[in-house]
Amino acid sequence: MNEIKASMAGSMWQINVKLGDEVKAGEDVAILESMKMEIPIATEKDGKIAEIKVNEGDFINEGDVIIILE
Amino acid sequence: MSYINALHQRIETIKRGGDEKYHQANETKGKLFVRKRLEQLFDEDIEIEDAFFANCQAGDLPADGVVTGIGKINNQRVCVMANDSTVKAGSWGERTVEKIIRIQETALKLEIPMLYLVDSAGARITDQVQMFPGRRGAGAIFHNQIKMSGRVPQVCLLFGPSAAGGAYIPAFCDIVVMVEGNASMYLGSPRMAEMVIGEKVSLEEMGGARMHCSVSGCGDVLVETEEEAISFARHYLTYFPSNFKERPPKSDSVNALTFEKTLQDIIPKNQNAPFDMYELINRIIDEDSFCEIKKLFAAELITGLARIDGEVVGIIANQPRVKGGVLFPDSADKAAKFIQLCDAFNIPLLFLMDVPGFMIGTKVEQQGIIRHGAKMLAMMSEATVPKISVVVRKAYGAGLYAMAGPAFEADATLALPTAQIAVMGPEAAINAVYANKIASIEDEEERKEFIATKQQAYREDIDIYHLASEMIVDAIVEPDQLRNELISRFQIYTSKRVQFTERKHGIYPV
Repeated sequence: MNEIKASMAGSMWQINVKLGDEVKAGEDVAILESMKMEIPIATEKDGKIAEIKVNEGDFINEGDVIIILE
Repeated sequence: MSYINALHQRIETIKRGGDEKYHQANETKGKLFVRKRLEQLFDEDIEIEDAFFANCQAGDLPADGVVTGIGKINNQRVCVMANDSTVKAGSWGERTVEKIIRIQETALKLEIPMLYLVDSAGARITDQVQMFPGRRGAGAIFHNQIKMSGRVPQVCLLFGPSAAGGAYIPAFCDIVVMVEGNASMYLGSPRMAEMVIGEKVSLEEMGGARMHCSVSGCGDVLVETEEEAISFARHYLTYFPSNFKERPPKSDSVNALTFEKTLQDIIPKNQNAPFDMYELINRIIDEDSFCEIKKLFAAELITGLARIDGEVVGIIANQPRVKGGVLFPDSADKAAKFIQLCDAFNIPLLFLMDVPGFMIGTKVEQQGIIRHGAKMLAMMSEATVPKISVVVRKAYGAGLYAMAGPAFEADATLALPTAQIAVMGPEAAINAVYANKIASIEDEEERKEFIATKQQAYREDIDIYHLASEMIVDAIVEPDQLRNELISRFQIYTSKRVQFTERKHGIYPV
């Protein structure tokens, strides 16, 4: 799957990428804030950012799609 | 032909297993013949084999589809049962079941590990009355496994299917290794699921190796090939004694891996910033000694066997890099099983804490996080092996308890200078205690200042020197001295002999 999902519920603290950016597997594309912790969200695959589905500050549930790769 | 020739001929026939076409079918799937698997598993092939002639008069059921016997792994004797999937798909007939029961009884008598090399389609329906319901039916295999659990190590290598009732063999083993693509576990096959409940699903998705090792937690170690599974099993057993009465074998001491950056350099000051706990683990254990269990499952908690100065230890460590190191129902279960494993076989435990607490919210409450967490606490609390906990950074709330905090008879609670122990972190605590006051301050600057002052006071209250002065932690250790401190302490605690309590058994949530 080319979807990058939230690993747990929390709020979107910081999105580290822009549309069109190339990312490598293991790279942190966003940081979630939950339980007062910064939770890095890494991509499992290489790819190009095709869509960013959330805004900084949004509440996100576990499993929600944050970013879609091309 | 003399009777000796006749005997040799029968032996040769049985050794060949099932029909050639089944051997070929297995080969295309990357599956080894059962006798080949055993050759690779043992130091020098199987030493003795029992009921080799089982069902030899049936003609097409050599050894009744299972090899049982004893051989040496790392010079340590083990019992083994290994399904032969070239014989009626490794299905269990009456004698198959009897053979498995007998080898289990042998393992119990000799007090040596029991290995299950599983590759079986399940019950042989034609034999069901003889092999399924009775006193020496398949139920006895599981009953024996339960009785053996914690007395001798039980290891399952899953090379093929483990279907329906058969799926309880892996369930009752200490560890389950699954070969991706071939191994599977399920109560009802996809075909049955479609017929009975109308669900259309693939075998991989419903009962595949990757699913079980990453989602259900029924599998512990995912490997790509059978050779890898076998070498894992050989390696895994180097950490274990033959039974619960003995100690794990000591190895030669090996230094820890050296890094350019020290622990001091890499532990972030900001408690909320992510930190990769493997960086710490690699700096305190003997080089290349980490044998991780359930790596793909609930990765917010790391569990694995390792050696420190040649002595085996079980490590339970929060991983702030994943889900902030927060404890979830799955991570609690993972810890509970691992702690049981180590305690059963006299393996000391090391808890590395960096935990914001247990997860909160509707989802986890509905999953019963309280009962899962209680399971972890119970197992940790019951463990009587030497227990050392190290507060690396934060230890908040019930996270402190679950990770062998001072109240749970840990032999020592050590803290790094970066440690922080509290009911909750400063941000959450001040918000909780002063919610009304904060809301009533209208001026934003004034509000920020109020919060900052209160947080500062809170930080001073939970300052690690304050906690050391109150004797809550036993020592504050320089990060780069942590390995040495652990070496001496584990060495000193070796003579610990404790009985947890006297009773039949506890009643904990499951």
